Amino acid sequence: MHEKSIAELSKALNNKDISSHELTLAYLDRIEAHRDLNAFVTVDRARALKQAQAADARLKSGQSGMLTGIPIAQKDIFCTDGLPTTCGSRMLANFVAPYDATVIQKFNTAGCVLLGKTNMDEFAMGSSNETSFFGPVHNPWDRRCVPGGSSGGSAAAVAARLAPAATGTDTGGSIRQPAALTGITGLKPSYGRVSRYGMVAFASSLDQGGPMARSAEDAALLLNVMAGFDPRDSTSVDRPVPDYTRTLDESIVGLRIGLPREYFGEGLGTEVGRMIEAALDQYRKLGAKVVEVSLPNSRLAIPCYYVLAPAEASSNLARYDGVRYGYRAPEYADLWEMYAKTRAQGFGAEVKRRIMIGTYALSAGYYDAYYLKAQKLRRLISGDFDRAFERCDVIMGPTSPTTAFEFGSKTDDPVAMYLSDIYTISVNLAGLPGMSIPAGFDGSRRPIGLQIIGRYFDEARLLNVAHKYQQVTDWHLRVPEGF
Amino acid sequence: MSLDRTDVERIAHLARLEVGEQELAAYAETLSRILGLIEQMNAVDTEGIAPMSHPLDAGLRFRADEVTETDQREVFQGIAPSAQAGLYLVPKVIE
Repeated sequence: MHEKSIAELSKALNNKDISSHELTLAYLDRIEAHRDLNAFVTVDRARALKQAQAADARLKSGQSGMLTGIPIAQKDIFCTDGLPTTCGSRMLANFVAPYDATVIQKFNTAGCVLLGKTNMDEFAMGSSNETSFFGPVHNPWDRRCVPGGSSGGSAAAVAARLAPAATGTDTGGSIRQPAALTGITGLKPSYGRVSRYGMVAFASSLDQGGPMARSAEDAALLLNVMAGFDPRDSTSVDRPVPDYTRTLDESIVGLRIGLPREYFGEGLGTEVGRMIEAALDQYRKLGAKVVEVSLPNSRLAIPCYYVLAPAEASSNLARYDGVRYGYRAPEYADLWEMYAKTRAQGFGAEVKRRIMIGTYALSAGYYDAYYLKAQKLRRLISGDFDRAFERCDVIMGPTSPTTAFEFGSKTDDPVAMYLSDIYTISVNLAGLPGMSIPAGFDGSRRPIGLQIIGRYFDEARLLNVAHKYQQVTDWHLRVPEGF
Repeated sequence: MSLDRTDVERIAHLARLEVGEQELAAYAETLSRILGLIEQMNAVDTEGIAPMSHPLDAGLRFRADEVTETDQREVFQGIAPSAQAGLYLVPKVIE
């Protein structure tokens, strides 16, 4: 059953070949059997099975949609009424949200079953899932390796087939990089496409939720549920949402693929580069044309991001003061100490580093030199994409310079870890949609991801371009040994 | 830009983070390294370029001034570390 796509599962549910209760139980048992991956922070079996029974009633009454009865894993950054929402942090380890995020509400309305909440880097700050208060997630392809991050739990869960699909969030690559490192399909929508309401804030001008699934077709089904205007999110964009499954099969003959020469230079792993070339050959066979483009300011993306994201994070995370919810230090002499000890004990090392960098960048006298300067560079980086898209329809390249790396190999050097997102970050800065799809393996059988970047609100085309590739390749159907 | 222990103490104070004496040197070292990365920005002349805060340069929306939220004080205070009689409790700040 866990080998099936969402479309197949949906058909089975609607034909009454299987009930949502049986399906949910099967996945819950798989999660239990593979607890050593540490992909989930919270699993509430009774609640999931109750939701499944409600879905079965809907399926019986004919009031069902495409996703009714399908179990979905939710990244533990989306607030869920009545269940812990930890964001991978000690600060929120005891936090039970009193409301649902819009994304959760939409999945509930669609009749999906919430299978569990997935592990993640603390407050989504990390590229390896090693910053989680609940311990690292193991990559199902090689347990000595990280699954990527920050949506590492969601990625591992989908790769190991512990869930048919999951949600993630992406501020600098947190959907695409773990998708690449675990051999699954992940989509970061355009900024403003998916509501951020109830999604714990990291860097508000960059954060965006999206689907993580086995295939582009499954991702399209999820995006159909997730996308849409939300008046409760001030940056949500009011634009009609197409049916993302409708255009999956459209021809890509004549599609112009832009290759940014900056994405194929120093730092790119040889085997990754070779598999990306092979994927491009596949696209040529499908009738696409490859043109060279340039993103001359892309080398500035990392420095620019490491001002903007920490600055926004330091402001967003100021709310964790031990007063209204979350962790409070057990001992303190006065209010000042209560704040300082609560935050020192509640946050992990990487989060504290970023809060301090952000605080420094925003402190009196430094605003122009850091935040304003970075916002200007952001304009240049975004302008590069505008110019490139005059010559092509989509941009392709590697998602990550390397395949999954071993635990501890980058934890001592934050700057080395930051470089893991070198190809993904500029997409967030520009606010564009970006995808990662499986495009092969390296010599150690670790997955390689192909990144596809589109114009604003061109998610349907990204999914179409990814789907066509998945119709003629089977990388996305490979399952790690033992799963 | 290289930070020293005094800079770290000042930043930690602004960020309301307790940083122990023995952690100061390590923070100074790592934060300086990150700032070194950030300073690559200075290689580019950005004179006359408009800062970008939203990818679509969207402004804030207006909404009708209507009451849409209901009173959920008890629910919200139910998850507070310390609350009593509708108030959040913190250490005394006024003598």
